[in-house]
Amino acid sequence: MAKILIFPSNSLILSDLVARFGHEPLTLMRVIRRKITEVGIDSPPINVTPEDPKRGLKYAAVDVPSGVRGRMALLDPLIEEAEAAIIVHEADYSFGCMGCARTNELVKYIVRNKDIPRLELAYPTNDDEAREFVQKIRDFCESLTHKAEVPA
Amino acid sequence: MVSDEITKMVVLADSSPILPSELALRAYELSTDAVVKETCFGLIVTGSEKAVNETIEELRKLDPSGIFVKDRGFPPGDSRRCRAVRGGGARPGFHQLEKESAILPSISYGLETIDDPVDAKERKTRDKLKIDRLIEIIEEQSKEDVNG
Repeated sequence: MAKILIFPSNSLILSDLVARFGHEPLTLMRVIRRKITEVGIDSPPINVTPEDPKRGLKYAAVDVPSGVRGRMALLDPLIEEAEAAIIVHEADYSFGCMGCARTNELVKYIVRNKDIPRLELAYPTNDDEAREFVQKIRDFCESLTHKAEVPA
Repeated sequence: MVSDEITKMVVLADSSPILPSELALRAYELSTDAVVKETCFGLIVTGSEKAVNETIEELRKLDPSGIFVKDRGFPPGDSRRCRAVRGGGARPGFHQLEKESAILPSISYGLETIDDPVDAKERKTRDKLKIDRLIEIIEEQSKEDVNG
């Protein structure tokens, strides 16, 4: 079972399909859960730990807007753990402020530079595209399973 | 220390013949330790990881290709998310769910026909009963009733 980073990282469809085809989706919801349930961490917006700015600074310089660094602090554990990635383009709902836009660009850039298997595709708009979408994700997940089975 | 309670959202595709109330009834029948909240899109299931996964595994059997599941960070009714406490409006995350829900029927269709693309084209045409055919059936039936 591989840990697959999905992007958009809160996608229902991607997390369901990855789990359905036998892998572990790395989703933002898990990071958020830890942030809000961990004993000793305060309620938002004062639940920023001293570790968070350091994580954000790993990816962006100090003069980059704090919104980008804050978002990267949350996404850092997912990027670190990722063994593969599925990136979906044209997700309307990931539209947002410049913090969101730059973070989205940065995440894609980092994942592309990381030496991991990657699948990039667009959101489907009709039934036929959806079938192709599901097929590609299944083939990608199966290729990861086969790769894991082959001894090094 | 992190709480071992997890929360998952069960979302029904529009094309699914199952209703959220049926999902909730099935979840109650299972009598696991998970707490279930019925919503307009499906269910929110919360509890220990084992109980939640068991519940979802059983629920999925009702419609394997029409039920979608994702993790949720906040537990149900959390005052930082619940709109009853925040003065109404859309719950954070609602728009994302709304947008993805719109293409769930297509994804569901994709899952059903993934292995048989030829059959998929036939299914598309035969899936829905045309109104003309329904009228024919009614007329045939009423003729039979009159003659019989």
